Amino acid sequence: MKALKVFSAVLLVFILVGSAFAADEIRIGVYEPMTGQNAFGGQLTVEGIKLAHEQAPEVLGRPVKLFIVDNKSDKVEAANAVKRLIDKEKVVAIIGSYGSSLSMAGGEVAEKSGIPCITDSATNPLVTQGKKYYFRMCFIDPYQGAAAATYAYNDLEARNAALLLDVAQDYSVGLGNFFKKAFVKMGGNIAGIYKYQSGDQDFTAQLTDAISKGADFLYIPSYFAEGAIIMKQARELGADFYIMGGDAMDNPDLVKIGGDAAEGFSYTTFPYAPEMPDMTKEAETFTKLWRDKYAGTDMSEPNANSALGYDCYMFVIDAIKRANSADPEKITEAFATAKDWPGVTGSTTINETHDAEKPVGIKVIVNGVQVYTASVQPEM
Amino acid sequence: MTGQMFVQHFFNALTLGSLYALIAIGYTMVYGILRLINFAHGEIFMLGAYFIFYTGSLFNLPWVVGAVISIVLCALCGIMVDKVAYKPLRDAPRISALISSIGMSFLIQNLAIVVFSGIPKPVVRPDFFVKIMVIKGVRILPLAVIVPVVCFVLVLGLLFIVYKTKPGLAMRAISKDIETTRLMGVSVNRIIALTFGLGSALAAASGIMWALRYPQIQPLMGFMPGIKAFIAAVVGGIGSIHGAVIGGLILGFVEIMTVAFFPELSGFKDAFAFILLIVILLAKPTGLMGEKIEEKV
Repeated sequence: MKALKVFSAVLLVFILVGSAFAADEIRIGVYEPMTGQNAFGGQLTVEGIKLAHEQAPEVLGRPVKLFIVDNKSDKVEAANAVKRLIDKEKVVAIIGSYGSSLSMAGGEVAEKSGIPCITDSATNPLVTQGKKYYFRMCFIDPYQGAAAATYAYNDLEARNAALLLDVAQDYSVGLGNFFKKAFVKMGGNIAGIYKYQSGDQDFTAQLTDAISKGADFLYIPSYFAEGAIIMKQARELGADFYIMGGDAMDNPDLVKIGGDAAEGFSYTTFPYAPEMPDMTKEAETFTKLWRDKYAGTDMSEPNANSALGYDCYMFVIDAIKRANSADPEKITEAFATAKDWPGVTGSTTINETHDAEKPVGIKVIVNGVQVYTASVQPEM
Repeated sequence: MTGQMFVQHFFNALTLGSLYALIAIGYTMVYGILRLINFAHGEIFMLGAYFIFYTGSLFNLPWVVGAVISIVLCALCGIMVDKVAYKPLRDAPRISALISSIGMSFLIQNLAIVVFSGIPKPVVRPDFFVKIMVIKGVRILPLAVIVPVVCFVLVLGLLFIVYKTKPGLAMRAISKDIETTRLMGVSVNRIIALTFGLGSALAAASGIMWALRYPQIQPLMGFMPGIKAFIAAVVGGIGSIHGAVIGGLILGFVEIMTVAFFPELSGFKDAFAFILLIVILLAKPTGLMGEKIEEKV
């Protein structure tokens, strides 16, 4: 009996002390694909988040604790991950996920619980559409499509553009439409809109027709697997137009597969690269921190995904500071009212649809290397 | 559409059609003998492309040697597939073997993802195949000429085997009446294995040429061409070798010319292939060259 009393007393002390600690620390959740098909992007993002956490381990004088969950590149797992972070870990804000479909699955859960989320790189407009608690650190596809058109018209002086779209991918069709809108508005002409389906390997008919219509520019907002083949076939058919794609082309294998045909290919991407000209102070700091931390590993060079992860964490910390509270509702409000927040990936303003309005980066393949050449403010 | 443009499209279509034709022959041969649609055929085609990739990239073998090795390996794979998935089901209802072949197709696809990884791989092509010839403004890849020629030669060789040799005679006998052939002392299983070997060797040949034409390979690359070639075989008349060649060419032309004449319909390229299939099945169920099939009682 006595033993039980002592035990209870000890337990009580533990519970009190424990809850005191729990109240003291601020818990932030992260759900990213650490395994599966999107693991490449997810892992880089998480490293960026960790690096930021090392820089800012506390806010409002309270320690920040990170809870990182692997969503396994799977929609069901993503929803479960968010559920676990909210119900079990009691987080006040969530970062994630790489991949639009994963973010959409997680967003459904977070919306019901009223926990603010910010995605690092999901560009599909649907991720935040009609959501009170979901935000993003990156631009959306309409913005990206318009940026491609702006760059094509102003920098490449294209006037007669052909589009080759993957009708099986919303991403591709969406980008194509926004490109067309912006390009026509600026005064360009659309030579033709051609379509194919994911997995197709023969584009000769579409390309032959585009060449005969005198196109001086080809927009292929597709995934790099088809993109590389399209480039090759276009050059084999003697096409000399510029070819441009979207952020899904950002893959080191593009040059390996495209070979000579990839030369001069350009694509829109997130506005950060370690080799970019005129870096902001934030970008310089981040690049140096990353290189110091990962020197000598196979991740010695930072990339846009890690920069977006870093920005997400810092943005959450900044929001907690501005809200002067770790209450989810107040953090959500602080997210929504962010204006000209200086991030590694550019100055960030959250608009009413919860998207970050920031410049779009342009990379061009020169001598087999992807070179960051410009940041474009699209003409919508 | 200028004449020059038309010729360009014509050559694009001829190349694609010949590749379909080669794959379709494999479907047709196996069907003619076993009345079985071998859905794993498209996967053998994919393996052919991977074998040529690995002989070149891992062992640095000359291209021709790699092609021979790839064809031999694929023939063995085809025989293996038969041994594992179809032979135990010889006397089972036909539907069982069909389902087994679909299972085999998924098995090989997923094995390939595990073994080769899902990331597309670039195929290095000998210059000889990709030195573009410009004839009066029409740009022709040597492949556009080589593929139909190779296809033609292989089909001739196959016809010779089927119509002029003893095993060929056995094949034709099996396709007429498997039981009687067995009673005549023909080793039926061996002939069936030979059929699978030949069909798979042709699939490998087309896989190799496909990889030269579209120099990027991935584990699911066999699925769509496999389905298309199957349509080609049905359109031409399943069970007929001439029919498979004609069907393949028709399909290649339908796909390319759809886009050439109606660019706005380019997204429906595959739909036209399937519409063609439905029309043929409604109008002439045995296909263009097919014989009247008498259901064996």
